[in-house]
Amino acid sequence: MAVVADRQIIHETEIRPRHYLNVNHSFWSWFFTTDHKRIAMLYLGTITVFFLMGGVFALLFRLELMTPEGDLFQADTYNRFFTLHGVLMIFFFLVPSIPATLGNFLLPIMVGCRDLAFPKVNLASYWIFVFAGMFGVGMLASGGVDTGWTFYAPLSTHYSNTSVFMAAMAAFFAGFASILTGVNFIVTVHKMRAPGLTWFRLPLFVWAQYATGIIMMLGTPVIAITLFLVALERVWGVGIFDPAHGGDPVLFQHMFWFYSHPAVYIMILPGFGVISEVIACFSRNKIFGYHFIAFSSLAIAVLGFFVWGHHMFIAGQSVYTGVVFSLITMLVAVPSAIKVFNWTATFYGGNVTLESPMLYAIGFMGLFTVGGLTGLFLAAMGMDVPLHDTYFVVAHFHYVMVGGMVMAFMAGLHFWWPKMTGRMYPEFIAKFNAVIVFLGFNATFFPQFILGWLGMPRRYHAYPEEWQVLNVMSTAGATILGFGFTLAIAYFIWSLFYGERAGNNPWGAKGLEWTIESPPTTHNFHHIPTVTEDPYNYTGREEVNVQQ
Amino acid sequence: MSNFLNFPIIPVGASTFAEKVDPLFYLLTLMSTVLTVGIFMGIVIMAAVFRKKPGVDRPSQALHAPILELTWTIIPTIVGLGLFVWGAVLFDDYIKVPEGALQIDVIAKQWMWKVQHENGMREVNDLHIPVGRPVKLTMMSQDVLHNYAVPAMRVKQDVIPGRYTSLWFEPTKTGAFPMFCSEYCGTEHSLMGGTVYVMEPQAYNEWLAGGPKVSPQEAGRFLFEEKLGCVTCHTGVSGARGPDLKEVFGHAVKLADGSSVTADEEYLRESIMEPAKRIVATFTPLMPNFANQLNDEDVANLIAYIKSLTEEEVVEVETGAPAP
Ligand code: HEC
Ligand SMILES: [Cu+2]
Ligand SMILES: [Cu+2]
Repeated sequence: MAVVADRQIIHETEIRPRHYLNVNHSFWSWFFTTDHKRIAMLYLGTITVFFLMGGVFALLFRLELMTPEGDLFQADTYNRFFTLHGVLMIFFFLVPSIPATLGNFLLPIMVGCRDLAFPKVNLASYWIFVFAGMFGVGMLASGGVDTGWTFYAPLSTHYSNTSVFMAAMAAFFAGFASILTGVNFIVTVHKMRAPGLTWFRLPLFVWAQYATGIIMMLGTPVIAITLFLVALERVWGVGIFDPAHGGDPVLFQHMFWFYSHPAVYIMILPGFGVISEVIACFSRNKIFGYHFIAFSSLAIAVLGFFVWGHHMFIAGQSVYTGVVFSLITMLVAVPSAIKVFNWTATFYGGNVTLESPMLYAIGFMGLFTVGGLTGLFLAAMGMDVPLHDTYFVVAHFHYVMVGGMVMAFMAGLHFWWPKMTGRMYPEFIAKFNAVIVFLGFNATFFPQFILGWLGMPRRYHAYPEEWQVLNVMSTAGATILGFGFTLAIAYFIWSLFYGERAGNNPWGAKGLEWTIESPPTTHNFHHIPTVTEDPYNYTGREEVNVQQ
Repeated sequence: MSNFLNFPIIPVGASTFAEKVDPLFYLLTLMSTVLTVGIFMGIVIMAAVFRKKPGVDRPSQALHAPILELTWTIIPTIVGLGLFVWGAVLFDDYIKVPEGALQIDVIAKQWMWKVQHENGMREVNDLHIPVGRPVKLTMMSQDVLHNYAVPAMRVKQDVIPGRYTSLWFEPTKTGAFPMFCSEYCGTEHSLMGGTVYVMEPQAYNEWLAGGPKVSPQEAGRFLFEEKLGCVTCHTGVSGARGPDLKEVFGHAVKLADGSSVTADEEYLRESIMEPAKRIVATFTPLMPNFANQLNDEDVANLIAYIKSLTEEEVVEVETGAPAP
């Protein structure tokens, strides 16, 4: 009976429903909130700022590369631009992107609880991230850093005279924010699932976040240690990586990639999770191979720790080690390939519609396929020799990171935006923008595959003349891409004020998050739901079958 | 304009590696294109066939196709393993240096490449080699990481401080091919390149013999400052670990046992080959024994260099000319 009464009250106050956004407008209530949804929004705002900064640096150095001579900026300036682009995009945008925003917002709702297991730890994670960001800003203010985002020693520990210390500390602290997020996710999934929500009833998005949480927890401490050692060597001259002080520069690369390869999965696994949700929803079909996708996320999380040496085939690593890394890398690629087949097979027998989230998801599938396949070139040891450290590698990882991860992030944002804000964005412009971003992306990065095969090395301020045409194409593409992202930010902000109100379930999607209000109330559920069905149960025609 | 559209998209191949690597590259490119287009077509066709039709309320049905699943699991696994083997076999070629390869030493530093041929001939950034003969570069960096890459030869190798690395290749075409530093190394990374000149053997021999031969003093300086690192102790500053060698040749040297000796060639030679035999006064005998690292020519070059240190001083004093 109480249930019914509750619902009536809500209907009566329809005019101005209370939800997590408007419960309280004070500064304190936002910046010291423990509500996972508010923290997600804070993170979203913060990483968007970093994304824009990283993007501006990218546009600046793409401008330099319009001409073969290094004429627009000084070499030192150029080197700072690409370093800052990398540091900001990796540590301050890609790593936190989906987990800290969509993950934070949705994970508790998807497992049917009122907040993450440790709400205060979640808030701490945000503030640590901001603290790290301040080091980032301090680093920028003191002239930036020019070592490349990889911080290779002994350039970083001894020879560079830029703000390496500040940059390393920024990434160091950002890592702690991500460890806390990871731990929170793992505990929440283990301990806070709603009654009836068994492991195999969890949405694949949750499985992906869970697997990501494991990598964050196990991998991030290693990069923290590595960066700390860089600082130790740089500031106090302790010889760890610099041979002039008795250290070993190859050791740095081992430690760095031990985290930074799994970090690739920190960035892409959550994307996989988003794509599974979006494809299932807009095909109105059960996801094909649910168990496979769920377990492969875990398998990738574990195996991803044993492939780091594929970055070092010609860096002075032993040949036998290289052989093992090459083999494992090939094997890890297989589950990712199967996932793409599974998503495609999900269309079969469904009722497919092409709303903007779906367009981004389809873009993801195409671009991620290219990114994955070109990864095979680089994983085959002999083939890696001519391609290593060229623009081929740059193109490859942008196809995975931007074509994969950022496209998935866009798909997810468009999909859950109505839930998060209660408003719809202009769908037609969003669809148009999905096409723009897809084309701009390919125009930017496809020419780079060719440049790489021709031998153009990465991180080059000036280059031989015969490569100019391809570089100009790439810069033109980057401009289109920049326009696309700006447009998306513009219509998202517009929608906050003028967007049509979204109902509770504008897409007709399954999943607990679609059973509650848009935007949700602070406590998400009026009553903790009991789950009685498998996820993606689109086969029947009845509405979401959840007992409140 | 015609020039604008006429840009290369296929790299020149000029070594035996190009013949081996290129087929794999183009095969992989073909495979990737087929798969990408295939998947994209698959998506488009399925999206069209199973699109939601207004008015038609078709209950969704999931695909059950265990055979299909098995196929798309097994085939990628086999392809992956095949690629691994192919890649590993190729890599084996990259590390197995054939007998009789021409030995060349390369030293990298911010931001230049110093090359020394077997007969002492030296060049900077460029590399002259004969066609049709394997060449092995033994490399070391003096500061940060660098990478020696010649795209036309399809070779590339990191160059590391404090450790030797090497690469080899056999050029099959004569001509000039660009070389790049491919590991980011600081400010002038993108200018740290040069040219590899592949010549007919005859022309190469002439170049090797007739080119600007390095003087013994120059060769000695190279050994002293770069290859052997004598400068680390003999810095020329008082208080250094080793004595200043500027005023040694032709002068009297006080020894630890109180005696004194005039430093001639033989004394210098002995100081290098058996440093423990006669110790200079006030110094601790920490100079390592270089006897088994040096051949006679090296020692001669070193001595020539040490002698030149003294002569320079004398010349400067005599003419009073300002240093250039
Ligand atoms: C580890 C430090 C160290 C290195 C490296 C070193 N030396 Fe010495 N060298 C010394 C010391 C100490 C002495 C004086 C003690 C002695 O005579 O053994 C010395 C003495 C000499 C002398 C005699 C100087 C005199 O005043 O009579 C010569 C010549 C010499 N070194 C040449 C070389 C050359 C050539 C090399 C490189 C191949 C070299 N040294 C490398 C430490 C070093
Ligand atoms: Cu990797
Ligand atoms: Cu370099």
